[in-house]
Order: sequence, then structure tokens, then C-alpha cells
Amino acid sequence: MYKILEAKFLAPQVKLLRLEAPAIARRRKAGQFVILRVHETGERIPLTIADSDKESGSITIIVQGVGKTTRLLNEKEAGDSILDVVGPLGMASEVEHFGTAVVIGGGLGTAIAYPTAKALKEAGNHVIVIIGGRSKEFVLLENEMKEFADEVYVTTDDGSYAEKGFVTDRLKGLIEGGRDINYVLAIGPIPMMNAVAGVTKPYGIKTVVSLNPVMVDGTGMCGGCRVLVNGESKFACVDGPEFDAHQVDFRLLSTRNTMYRAAEQSALAEFEQDHDDHECRLMKQADAQQSQPAQA
Amino acid sequence: MSNPLPAKERMKIPRQHMPEQEPEFRRANFEEVNLGLDATLAKQEALRCLQCTSQHCFIGCPVGVKVREFIDLIVEGDYLGAAAKIREDNVLPAVTGRVCPQEEQCEGRCVLTKKGEAVAVGYLERFVADYERTHGKVGLPPRAPATGRKVAIIGSGPAGLSAAGDLVQKGHEVVVMEALHEIGGVLIYGIPEFRLPKDIVRQEVDTMRQMGVEFRTNVVVGKTVTVDELLSEEGYDAVFVATGAGLPIFLNIPGENLCGVYSANEFLTRVNLMKANRDDHDQPVFDCRGKDVVVIGGGNTAMDAVRTSLRVGARNAAIVYRRSEQEMPARVEEVKHAREEGVDFKMLTAPLEFLDDGKGWLQGVRCQTMELGEPDASGRRRPVPIAGSEHVVPASMAIIAVGNGGNPLVQATTPDLKTTRKGYIEADPNSLRTSKKGVFAGGDIVTGGATVILAMGAGRQAAKSIHEYLETGAW
Ligand SMILES: Cc1cc2nc3c(=O)[nH]c(=O)nc-3n(C[C@H](O)[C@H](O)[C@H](O)COP(=O)(O)OP(=O)(O)OC[C@H]3O[C@@H](n4cnc5c(N)ncnc54)[C@H](O)[C@@H]3O)c2cc1C
Ligand SMILES: Cc1cc2nc3c(=O)[nH]c(=O)nc-3n(C[C@H](O)[C@H](O)[C@H](O)COP(=O)(O)OP(=O)(O)OC[C@H]3O[C@@H](n4cnc5c(N)ncnc54)[C@H](O)[C@@H]3O)c2cc1C
Ligand code: SF4
Ligand code: SF4
Ligand code: FES
Repeated sequence: MYKILEAKFLAPQVKLLRLEAPAIARRRKAGQFVILRVHETGERIPLTIADSDKESGSITIIVQGVGKTTRLLNEKEAGDSILDVVGPLGMASEVEHFGTAVVIGGGLGTAIAYPTAKALKEAGNHVIVIIGGRSKEFVLLENEMKEFADEVYVTTDDGSYAEKGFVTDRLKGLIEGGRDINYVLAIGPIPMMNAVAGVTKPYGIKTVVSLNPVMVDGTGMCGGCRVLVNGESKFACVDGPEFDAHQVDFRLLSTRNTMYRAAEQSALAEFEQDHDDHECRLMKQADAQQSQPAQA
Repeated sequence: MSNPLPAKERMKIPRQHMPEQEPEFRRANFEEVNLGLDATLAKQEALRCLQCTSQHCFIGCPVGVKVREFIDLIVEGDYLGAAAKIREDNVLPAVTGRVCPQEEQCEGRCVLTKKGEAVAVGYLERFVADYERTHGKVGLPPRAPATGRKVAIIGSGPAGLSAAGDLVQKGHEVVVMEALHEIGGVLIYGIPEFRLPKDIVRQEVDTMRQMGVEFRTNVVVGKTVTVDELLSEEGYDAVFVATGAGLPIFLNIPGENLCGVYSANEFLTRVNLMKANRDDHDQPVFDCRGKDVVVIGGGNTAMDAVRTSLRVGARNAAIVYRRSEQEMPARVEEVKHAREEGVDFKMLTAPLEFLDDGKGWLQGVRCQTMELGEPDASGRRRPVPIAGSEHVVPASMAIIAVGNGGNPLVQATTPDLKTTRKGYIEADPNSLRTSKKGVFAGGDIVTGGATVILAMGAGRQAAKSIHEYLETGAW
């Protein structure tokens, strides 16, 4: 059992959880992830380690509630526990002194990119962060990034906050404005990562993306997480999750990620139903208590 | 010897049949297919044994189970004694009695095969092991006084488990580290419930826990902790690497990454370990109900995958294998059971391409027919394609079961551990010592994918060798 030490929402359905996991905290490097299973009948899902603290033996994960398991995690509070957490898995991010490094996070991708952005700064890079969100409330970790990054830009699709537009617009602006960029890390929805790769390719800028295929074991045993990079099958859980953006077959990745769509949708619908029922019951109980005359 | 019958009479007794679930019925459930002999059948079968002095059965068993002696104890009706006799050499009889390829080992060598059918050693082994599980006062074996020595065992398959059991009895502190959330290795995530009920494995693990073995799940050695750290900061005196051969091999043919194409490891893990077929469990698996499934390969893994696909609802399930049935490495009983359950065997057929339905999902496998040519390096006749024989086998799900390699996580983070060209760990065949002081290795990670009994044998051999090393300190 892995105890939750801290739990708080950062945005609607985006929750930060700090877990007690000293063995993982001790070794973990930026870019690595854990696989967890909430309870006995739960599925195994991968989540990036956003931060860790060796002293307190804790790791931080940031979870976006997109389906049953992540919504379940959204309901967890400090003091609750998670049954299984294994890690740190995957290769650490390649962190070097590149010169000027641009780190792009789309939606929840910002949380996944956060530890690497910090590590890039520590390695002496001039770090430019571009955060994208659908709208204002989905802009994550802006203040946290500002604490160390040299420049932080924010874009929203609907213009409800900061610049209206996409992260790629801002990236293009920087490149076309003559900034000398040596390295780009882009993490977010597949179409966004694909678009970033398209922007940097003509300029030959080294660009890395973090891929999110469906995983099971996370140790290279099942091959379910395979992705095509430069025409070759790679297991994202052990060879990645970061790969050269210019060589990734994004179309294949997005198709493979639809493999369990039907099951996922019905699981979520059921979850929401139970959830609503549960809330209804609580409401009714509350009503009943109020309307009942106090018993002597 | 307690057998009252003269040899001639014994040979008149036919081999007893294993009671089984009916094929039409069992293909839709995960209950065990073989129901086990009862005492009457077991006794009858035991009476067939000629108690020969040559003991070919004993020679045929990779760990030297004293077959003749334990069968004699069955004839006497001393089933617990028989179980104890087996346990002298084999710590997992309820498992091996079910999954050993007996026809190539103990039974394959039985003298009775010259005139008819071998004594059903596997059935008898299973019978006494099950009897012991349900009737025995499963007393714990005595444990030597604590030695103050600590051994780390990496991997909880049959090799790791059997080493742990022996070492803890010698008084050492034993910690088993397992990457997955459940203990048992292939016995848990690979071999399905209908061949090996998981309760049997759990019971063995519980016994070891009571004996003092500590199990740590969710530890990936090479990631959570390294071998060097185990030997230094963590204070272990020796390490046994028993990580198995869990790296799936793909075919490298077009379309392999389409939705619906699985490795056998993934499909079996989703169903066995994660119970994806059950509504009350969250892990999904491709819904093949009413659909066609093709499994590529001819070993036990392929048989398990194809029979599992039937049980989760496949309409048709076929084996595609590029050689002929004689060359299939699967246990004879599994092939027979699969055939009875309605599996279609497409022998001498090789896959060329997985076909896309236009939306990224599998719709069929393009295959070609083969014929057998000259023997190859393995001594088996090489399959050669027949010109113009290409055809399409329709399928919505395909499972690739053509073997596994060694998982590199431990080797990659232990630079002074020598490996073979194929990526397995090099270990001395007798001492199981590796190139690194204090580190031993055995089971599938040394031999490549083999059998439960060989892995178990390696675990016991390692335990002996580790004990010697801990006593003498000499490397
Ligand atoms: C290496 C890695 C690191 C990750 N890090 C994080 C993280 O830090 N925080 C976080 O919230 N999520 C992260 N993810 C994604 C996370 O694992 C999925 O969101 C989660 O598995 C969904 O489970 P679910 O049961 O809640 O939803 P499901 O019911 O499985 O899916 C709901 C929706 O999410 C989509 N989806 C399913 N699987 C994935 C996936 N692997 N990636 C993206 N979308 C998916 C589905 O297509 C569907 O639309 C990471 C994934 C990988 C591979
Ligand atoms: C589907 C299938 C069916 C089979 N059927 C039969 C059969 O009928 N009869 C038969 O005799 N044999 C059969 N076999 C083969 C047999 O199961 C294996 O030979 C045997 O299990 C090998 O044992 P092992 O202990 O070496 O490794 P495994 O059983 O593979 O166990 C290794 C364990 O180590 C863990 N591990 C790996 N890396 C790490 C790490 N870095 N850190 C921590 N833990 C790690 C793995 O998760 C696994 O649990 C079958 C195999 C498969 C896959
Ligand atoms: S361990 Fe296997 S080979 Fe040996 S006697 Fe038992 S069933 Fe036969
Ligand atoms: S070889 Fe066959 S008949 Fe002879 S002792 Fe062994 S099991 Fe019995
Ligand atoms: S998740 Fe199984 S191999 Fe990567």
C-alpha cells in the first residue's frame, strides 16, 4: 500500500497527489514514470513522476481525470492509499547543456514536461517554456514554471487567457523572430506533438516528444506499448517514453490508442452513473435527516 | 515392494483416463480441464508400474524424482508418504504434475512405452500433491538457526521460488523481489487458470511466507534498485537472478502494429493476471466475442493463447504453424485438448502480412503454405514455401506466440555481468555462478525459454551453490 500524503486540485479534474514511495523517490530522474493500480480489481496505468523528495521519501504525480481510473484517482484524498505503485520506469530524459531549450506543454503535458524543464535549467540551458491550454482553467503550472524558467509564454485555444492560438504559433514566432533554438521538448496531445515536429523539422532543430501508448507491465514484457520510430518497433516503456519527434509515426500511435475506446467509454459511463447514484443517495440522506423530526 | 500383482497382470491393466470437463462445456469456462484422478483410479494406475530396477522414468525426469518409490507408496495407500518422497527432489509437484511435458521426460522413458502406454507418472504426481494439499497437515519443514546472511532473489517464477524455499530452510534471510504486483512468474501471468489453478501457486507462496521468505512485489531490479546496490548499501551477501525469458519476439512482418495484434505475453497477462475478461475488473482486452482469432506458433504458449481466446468468446480460433504437427513443441495433451475444443490447426502455414481494414484494425492474415524440405541446424525439416500458395485467413485478432528472449533490464544495469550473444546471462552449468562475484543466475534467463521443472531444478541447484558460497566465502 502506498499512502497519499497530499492531494489537491490544480485545475478542473487535474489533481496533484503526493505519495509515500521512498524506493522510487530515491532513484527517480526527470522523464521517468510509475505504473499504478488503485485497488484489487483496478487496471494498471502509467503516470509521470512530476516531482520527488528524497528526504520525505515521496513522489508527486499529477493526474487528469479522463477515464474511470484517473477519475477514481481524482477522488483520492490525503490519508487514502493506492494498492500498487511500481517504478521509476522508462529512460530518464536526455538532459544536457544544449544552449537554448524550448519546453512545450499542451494541457496535462505541461505537468509531464515540468520535471524535465527544471532539469534542463539546472543543466545550464536558457529555458523557454510555452504552455498551452484549451482555455484559461486548463493552463497548468504557470507559476511553478516561472520560478525557474527564463521565459514563459502561455497560449489558449479560445483566447480566454494570454495569447489566443496554439503553442506552435508561439514556437513559429520565436523561430521566425530569429531566436537560435537548440533543443525542443514537446509533450501533450498527439496532434500537438505532431504539429511541433512539423514546425521544427525544416529548421533541423533537435526535437523530442514523450509518447503515451497504452501500457501494461512497463518492463518490456508485453510489447503492448510498441511505437514505430524510424520504421522500427520500440517499446515505449523501456526504450522511451521520449523519442526523436522527427522519426515518430504519430498516426499509428493515435490509432493504437483507440484500441480500447469502447470499453473505456462504457467504463466511464458506468463510473459516472455510480458516482451520480452515490451523490443522489447522499443528497437524499441529507434531505431525509433534515425533514425527520429529531428523535428523543 | 508392495505391488501384489505379477508383472503380466500389471501389464493387462489399461492406462487410466484422466477425468475431464467435456469439451463443449469447458471451452466456455476457465475451470480446470483435467479434474484429477480419485484414489481408486490412482491406485489402479499405480498398480501398472513394473517397479523396474533400470528406472528409466527416474533418468527421464530432469530433477530425478524417485518415481518408482513414490508409486510404490501409492500402492501402499501412503499418499502423504508419496508426496514427501516427491518433495525430496521437486518442491512444486502440484504444478509439475500438471504442466511437465511428461511424454518427453519421465513417461517418455517408461519401459511400458515399448509395449503400450507409459505409466501416467504426471497424473500420479498430481494426485499425491493434491491429496497432500487437501488432506496433509502441511507441516513446515524445519528451519536451520539463523545464519545472519542475506540473499536477494530477483524474479518469483519457479526458479526464484524454489531457490527461496531451500535457502530459507538453511537459515538464511531471503527476500524475493518481483516486478509485477503478484508472485509466481509465468505460473501466474502466463499459464492459464484452466491448466494451472492460481490457488495452487498462491498456496505454495503462502507456505514459503510462513517459512520466513519475504516477498516484495513492485520492485523492478535495474530500475527500483540495482544489483550493485543490493550487494553494497542494501547489505545482501548474494543475489540470484531468476528473471525468466519474458521479452516477446515479434515476426517483423508488415502490419504487426495494427490494432488487434498482440504478443501472447500481453494477451495472456491481460486475461490471467489482470482478469480483463471479467466484468468486475477494469483492465480491457480486445473483445473477440463472435470474431475470428489467429494464433501464430506451435508451443505451449500458442496453445494457451488459442484456448484462452475461445474462452473469452472467439467464434473461430486457429493455430497457424509453419512446420507440421510432429514438430510442434507443445505438450501432447495441450494439442489434444485444443483440438477437442474446436481449435482449427493450420499446419505448414506461414504468416506473411497482417492486413489492415483501412482504419488501422486487423482484418486478416496473409499466409503461404509450406512443405518440409531438408533438415536444418535444429535437426527438424526446414519448411519451404510452395509457390503460388498465398491465401488470406480472416481474423480480427491475432496473437504472436513464437518465443521470448531474455529481458535485458538487469543485465543493462549490471555492466560486469557477462551475457551471451542472444542476451541471456552466462552462468556456470554446475555452480550457476555468473561472471560477477556473489551473483548467481538460473532458469529461463540462462537457458532461454524452457520448462517449469528445469527452472525449478536450476533454483535448487543455485540454492545449494549459494549456500556453499555463504558458508565458505570462496568464489
Ligand atoms: C509514459 C506515460 C506517462 C503518462 N503520464 C501521465 C500523467 O502524468 N498524468 C496523466 O494524467 N496521464 C498520464 N498518462 C496518460 C494516462 O496513463 C492515461 O490517461 C490513463 O491511462 C487513462 O486511464 P483511464 O482509465 O482513466 O482512462 P481510459 O478509460 O483508459 O481512457 C480515457 C480516455 O483517455 C484516452 N487515453 C487512454 N489511454 C491513454 C494514454 N495512455 N495516454 C493518453 N490518453 C489516453 C483514451 O483514448 C480515452 O479517450 C501517461 C501515459 C504514459 C504512457
Ligand atoms: C504461456 C506459457 C505456457 C507455458 N507452459 C509450460 C508448460 O506447460 N510446461 C512447462 O514445463 N513450461 C511451460 N512454460 C515455460 C515455463 O513457464 C518457464 O520455462 C518457467 O516459468 C521459467 O521459470 P523462471 O523462474 O526462469 O522464470 P519466469 O517464470 O519467467 O519468472 C520470472 C519472473 O521474474 C520477474 N522479473 C523479470 N525481470 C525482473 C526484474 N528486473 N526485477 C524483478 N523481477 C523481474 C518476472 O516478472 C517474472 O515474474 C510456459 C511458458 C509460457 C509463457
Ligand atoms: S517432475 Fe515432471 S518429469 Fe519429473 S517425474 Fe514429475 S512429472 Fe515427471
Ligand atoms: S519405468 Fe515405468 S514401469 Fe518402470 S518403474 Fe518407471 S514408471 Fe514404473
Ligand atoms: S508496457 Fe508491456 S512492454 Fe511496455
